Amino acid sequence: MKRLFPILSVVTAILLAYALYLALVVAPTDAQQGDVYRIIYYHVPSAWTAFVLFFINFIASIQYLVSRKPPAVSAAKWIVIAIGVLGAIAVYLPPVRAQIPAGMKPSAVALTVLLIPAFYLLIGWLFPGDRLDVLAVTTAEVGVVFCTIVLVTGPIWARPVWGIWWATGDIRLTSTLVLWLIYVSYLVLRRFSNSAQTQMLAAALAVFGALDVPLVYLSIWFFRTQHPQPVIGGGGSMDPRMLHVLGFSWLAFLCFAFLVCWSRFRLELLQREVERAHAMESLVGAADSAKASLPLSRSAR
Amino acid sequence: MNAIKFLFAAYIATWVIHSFYLGTLVRRFARLRRELRELGKGT
Repeated sequence: MKRLFPILSVVTAILLAYALYLALVVAPTDAQQGDVYRIIYYHVPSAWTAFVLFFINFIASIQYLVSRKPPAVSAAKWIVIAIGVLGAIAVYLPPVRAQIPAGMKPSAVALTVLLIPAFYLLIGWLFPGDRLDVLAVTTAEVGVVFCTIVLVTGPIWARPVWGIWWATGDIRLTSTLVLWLIYVSYLVLRRFSNSAQTQMLAAALAVFGALDVPLVYLSIWFFRTQHPQPVIGGGGSMDPRMLHVLGFSWLAFLCFAFLVCWSRFRLELLQREVERAHAMESLVGAADSAKASLPLSRSAR
Repeated sequence: MNAIKFLFAAYIATWVIHSFYLGTLVRRFARLRRELRELGKGT
């Protein structure tokens, strides 16, 4: 594993450099926006990466909450599988199908719904016990970094294109800001609360916070907003070369996020090791002082 | 549209944010390793 990290780092650096080359040189210039549209090659992959990380945080938080009550673990597994299978079937029922926005393929929705139990089982298998909580805090923190980039690059793109930095009242922009604030409060809670219930409270907050992710994603499908309407799978058109660059850029950012999460995960494990060592030292110190006081009390008798 | 400076500003901002975060990770790693070493010496 120690050898894998530097190899992956080199591969990711090459992918990011090539993605930058594709974004600045290979991707064609947009007829309306000019070169400034190339910001999407950082803005959109960062947003998608943040969504993936928040989704993992959501799954890990649910599993962590469930794992506190062992009899619920097996039941939760079957409930999630049932939700995935029934949800995927329900997508093809006419009343549900009618609710799917134009341009969004039912097969894509069904596959996404089916991926939920698959992800749930995979994460539970890969991260047993307290490692679920370590994964949750890792993905929340790295997700906030990517979400910050979305909130910074968005206005930088909007200023020359819309003429304003921020469209007040726009649902996509507001819900993204709310999402960022929810996860920042999650991190603040974890950082400054020393209660034994902190991990449980943070997991519960993450479950509710994750409900904002579909709102952010679907806001441009269901509402008319200042934010551009979906061009991928949304009935809009995008030059295939642009799509290729966007996909490659996302792959590069996903690899980068994976590496950062790996480092953050190790950091959290180290942090807990230090906390255990401190606790052990306090116990040893208390035992030593108790021993030292024992002969005195005997002699006093 | 002459807005190339915005494009570079967005790309630079992205890497400044990532570098800042990676810097905090490195600092936290160094602090924890030092703390663990000191705890090891103490016991």
